[in-house]
Amino acid sequence: MELILVLLIGVLYAAGVYLILRRSMVRLLLGIILLGNGTNILIFLLGNITKGKAPIIDADLKTFADIYADPIPQALILTAIVISFGLTSFAIVLLKRVYALLGSDDLDDLNTPEEEDL
Amino acid sequence: MIDNQIIATVIIHLFTALLQLAFWRKTVTQRVLSITGSFIGLLFSIHLFSKVLHGGILTMNAANWQAPFGIVFVADLFSITMVLLTSIAALAISLFSAQGVGRARMLYGYFPIFHFLIMGLNGAFLTGDIFNLYVWFEVVIISSFVLLTLGGRKSQLEGAVKYMAMNILASMFFLTGIGILYGITGTLNMADLSLKIPLVENQTIVNLTSMFFLIGFGIKSAVFPLYFWLPSSYHTPPSAVAAAFGGLLTKVGIYAMFRVFTLIFIPNDFIKTLFIIMGIMTILTGAFGAVIKNNIRRLFSYLIVCHIGFIIGGLGLYTKLAFTGAIFYLIHDIIVKTNLFLISGLIQQLRGTMNMSRLGGLYAEYPKLSLLIAIVLFSLAGIPPLSGFWPKIYLIDAAYVGENYFLIAAIIIGSFVTLMMVAKMWSEVFWKDASTEAPVTDAFKPLSSLKKTMLVLPIGILAMTTLFIGLNAEMVIRVAEQISNEMLDTSPYIKAVLGK
Repeated sequence: MELILVLLIGVLYAAGVYLILRRSMVRLLLGIILLGNGTNILIFLLGNITKGKAPIIDADLKTFADIYADPIPQALILTAIVISFGLTSFAIVLLKRVYALLGSDDLDDLNTPEEEDL
Repeated sequence: MIDNQIIATVIIHLFTALLQLAFWRKTVTQRVLSITGSFIGLLFSIHLFSKVLHGGILTMNAANWQAPFGIVFVADLFSITMVLLTSIAALAISLFSAQGVGRARMLYGYFPIFHFLIMGLNGAFLTGDIFNLYVWFEVVIISSFVLLTLGGRKSQLEGAVKYMAMNILASMFFLTGIGILYGITGTLNMADLSLKIPLVENQTIVNLTSMFFLIGFGIKSAVFPLYFWLPSSYHTPPSAVAAAFGGLLTKVGIYAMFRVFTLIFIPNDFIKTLFIIMGIMTILTGAFGAVIKNNIRRLFSYLIVCHIGFIIGGLGLYTKLAFTGAIFYLIHDIIVKTNLFLISGLIQQLRGTMNMSRLGGLYAEYPKLSLLIAIVLFSLAGIPPLSGFWPKIYLIDAAYVGENYFLIAAIIIGSFVTLMMVAKMWSEVFWKDASTEAPVTDAFKPLSSLKKTMLVLPIGILAMTTLFIGLNAEMVIRVAEQISNEMLDTSPYIKAVLGK
């Protein structure tokens, strides 16, 4: 399981960085999304994956005797997912507006000088 | 000592924003609310500042979960100084925005978003939990995205794309660092991390992780070679927004850098040298970038980058003297940079342009106002006894003791170029005869005296603060020294949070 996730993280980061380095705005957006997912899985992996052991103490026990799944990484990922959802939706709208204004998907075209600079 | 009041500055701005949302499209009410909210926030932060200065570190456990398990808010002197400076800047920007921001922007929620931004900044300064710091950073950047794009002019949106891409990338680096940090230590509380990091067997991983934080915060605070987004986006929004960005947003990156690299990761010689090289290059590239700019706000954007280098260089020297200089510079910089962008907004009102070749004759027409602006420009350049002078003495002294002659050279070049830019601006904008070819559109003169006061008062408040910092340097140095003591000896911080 760990190995698969490690490979997956590597692929997501590599693909994300590659896409961000392209000049197209859509690829920039996709790159950001992939990087975000890679990061989330990284947090999940580094929280030590434990299968089928919920962190719930039995009523008659005072402390944990057994190994248990750490709930914190899941809470972190949940927060990170919500945040990246918000950021991504903002980014999509922004890039759509820019595309509508410029009629171009090329990041190199984003250099219109302001009137007062002229 | 536990004191729930420390969260007050966050709560006040949250409620101001929520109240303003209730008064959607009622711009007059929103303006009044904004100024009132910022003013109450300032009163509270002064109160808390004096409390922390005299009584020591205050903490608050969110929902009464004990540290290190719950989220903890900590107000040590560094945090609360930053909160105080943010509150001063916020009040000035609130006042200026009431007149300096167009009504169309206010109708689409300029004021609520501005207060969410200030709330996020205060939260970022006060939190003692590294993941919570990430969340506050996100609150700040999402608000800043909206402020940057509000109005939707072409150049604004173009600047926003660069700003957005780099800031999301920075958050990604930061989050990756947090993930790895949690993996190797199993905690997110900064005080607890400070205790557990030295116990990690494989210190190489620790150093590697610290690089994620260095890059993440480096992008946010605009250090070389990660600053390119700043000069290409900060000149686009309205000046009140640019003031909040230029004065406060890069500084929250600097704050996080100081916090993380003094409390959690103690840098080794390699990282210290890296900081110094970054500092030198930031100063030089920022300074040389500023020289060729003709638009006032583009020039100021490069000066922000240049002066960030002073602070990062101070962090790299890692001595008490250097920290004192760097913190003093940070205090001075927040006030002055906020004011510079407000001034650029005022010049825009006076002349309808920010292009230096088309400006001129302001001194002949507005002599008193020009003198007020001169105070700010001179303290930016660091002419004694104004506020920019003292921290540079400390930084140069610290670099001399540390035998870092390149850093001394860079600081002197940076200061010299700043002085040159101030002189250029003074002669081009104020002394030169008014340009005859372009018609002058003075939107300032026909305004009522109340509206004029709204524009000039914030600049006056900030200029007086600058004067106070400069003339009362002894007190500020004492505060900065106490902050650097807290940074070099973190045991009081850890004791206040964890009780051991």
